[in-house]
Amino acid sequence: MKVLVTVAEVATVDDEFEIDGTEIAGRYLGADLNEWDDYAVEEAVQLQEADIADEVVTVTIGPEEAEQTIRQALAKGADRAIRVWDDAFEGVDLLDVRAKAEILRAVVEAEDPDLILTGVQTGDDSWMATGVSLAESIDFQWAAVVNHLEHDFDDGVAAVRRELEGGVEELTEVELPAVLTIQTGINEPRYASLRGIRQAQRKELEAKSLDDVGLDDGVVEGSLELTAMYEPEAESEARVWEGSAEETAGELAELLREKGVTA
Amino acid sequence: MTDVLAIADHRDGELRDVSFELATAGRALADETGGDVHLAVISGPVDDFADGLALDGVDVVHTVEYGDEFNHDVYVQAISQLYETIEPQYVLVPNSVNGLDYAPAVAARLDLPIVTDVVDLDVDGETLIATREMYGGKVETTTELDAGTALATIREGEWPAAEGAGESSIDAFDAEIDEAAIGSTVTGFEEVAGGDVDISEADLLVSIGRGIEEEENLDLIRDLADALDATLSSSRPIVDAGWLPANRQVGQSGKVVTPEVYIAIGISGAVQHVAGMKGADTIVAINTDPNAPIMDIADYAIHDDLFDVVPALIEQFS
Repeated sequence: MKVLVTVAEVATVDDEFEIDGTEIAGRYLGADLNEWDDYAVEEAVQLQEADIADEVVTVTIGPEEAEQTIRQALAKGADRAIRVWDDAFEGVDLLDVRAKAEILRAVVEAEDPDLILTGVQTGDDSWMATGVSLAESIDFQWAAVVNHLEHDFDDGVAAVRRELEGGVEELTEVELPAVLTIQTGINEPRYASLRGIRQAQRKELEAKSLDDVGLDDGVVEGSLELTAMYEPEAESEARVWEGSAEETAGELAELLREKGVTA
Repeated sequence: MTDVLAIADHRDGELRDVSFELATAGRALADETGGDVHLAVISGPVDDFADGLALDGVDVVHTVEYGDEFNHDVYVQAISQLYETIEPQYVLVPNSVNGLDYAPAVAARLDLPIVTDVVDLDVDGETLIATREMYGGKVETTTELDAGTALATIREGEWPAAEGAGESSIDAFDAEIDEAAIGSTVTGFEEVAGGDVDISEADLLVSIGRGIEEEENLDLIRDLADALDATLSSSRPIVDAGWLPANRQVGQSGKVVTPEVYIAIGISGAVQHVAGMKGADTIVAINTDPNAPIMDIADYAIHDDLFDVVPALIEQFS
């Protein structure tokens, strides 16, 4: 079985930051492997360790700078990586779901995986839609918000649990090939070992342009435009206790005693 | 093409609150476009649901009778057929776990642009203006869609629930479901938040989040819970890390709690967490970040390091 995992490098933001137009100013931004994708990578690597996955391939839509993040996934055990980027992406504020799904579709058609794992969402723009959109466009089955996957695939079926609201899980069987969007908590993502990090440097990381995957520049032209970014108005009406830890703890203790806490 | 089609959410024979919020969001949008509000309910006891969805501001309730439980393949087929029949300008779907399981596929099938997790919507001519959050709620953004038609998923709890019976017509929609195209089967449901303690019953909750940093630091919070005779709960990352069992999780995917006092320690206040605890009488937040979203709903706040404040608080009660 071949498993394809979508891996995104996401922007992380300092506690304090400034906005520059429709972006957070670059000096307040960091970059990291998307948290949800980290769980998806781990799930794929566990399938490989269980001798179910023959090959784990990651695919990323991202610039060359994202390669450091992609190497994290390789260091954790993915076999090779594909990165799609093109000059046409420069200056695009918002790559919409359709564009992402179309680019990933082109890669899927070339790779022909049996199972695709994606994170439920990305930590920065949080669209939560690419995986299911991709599934529909490649005629795969799918399940969204998966927090458990049975590793046997009896009769070509993936038995999953979907995490619904309110502490309820849905048990669902999905025919393969399928796209599963992976929720945090499905496993415990590993740290990359030093050996893994060294090995990752030698693993294949193939950069492709839109032309390489059979698409033209038009794919990036979505109908969505990011027109404003601002900090939400602070709505806090909280009474802030100031002073030393002893003083603030004393204020809280007094409140709790007023509320009848006597322990 | 000025109408709005919204899709109700239900589980276990009951409509979820977001269904009524969708009616409000749909009405507000249709008032802008000059069209009608169509509310559709698919699977389950749809005739019973239709009575509950015949709300003030809803013009038509469409019922699609097919199976007892949610199945995304059925939803995708039914909504696509409803769309072709009604030809709405906008489709609204809850940004719920099930909404996210079919809305992107519906958009892909109908070649509609999709904008997700919307907290506000407006229309300017042919442009849909959606307000969303990015970076875990640190910023709000405005996204404009110049497509004429679009699908938007709306965040639960952002619109008031529609109330009052309307004069909605009820239409049993005869969707043709291709069973061969159904590739997934729901085989059951399981409560995972059971166990020895029911945090939803507690009057005093001491709740911990990412700020605890290491599993061994949980002992400090356990000591506090003991000192206050409080119940220990947490936000999602603590359960994801396996440091506390699932029955201690407060939030959208955990338990909804309504204690008299909720002490949020090292919790930033992601929207999914707030959904589970905003009903507490008194909320106290201990967090070094004065801009953390939890501060927006806190009644009292301490902007200090939990590792300094918590021991001092334990001292007060020992």
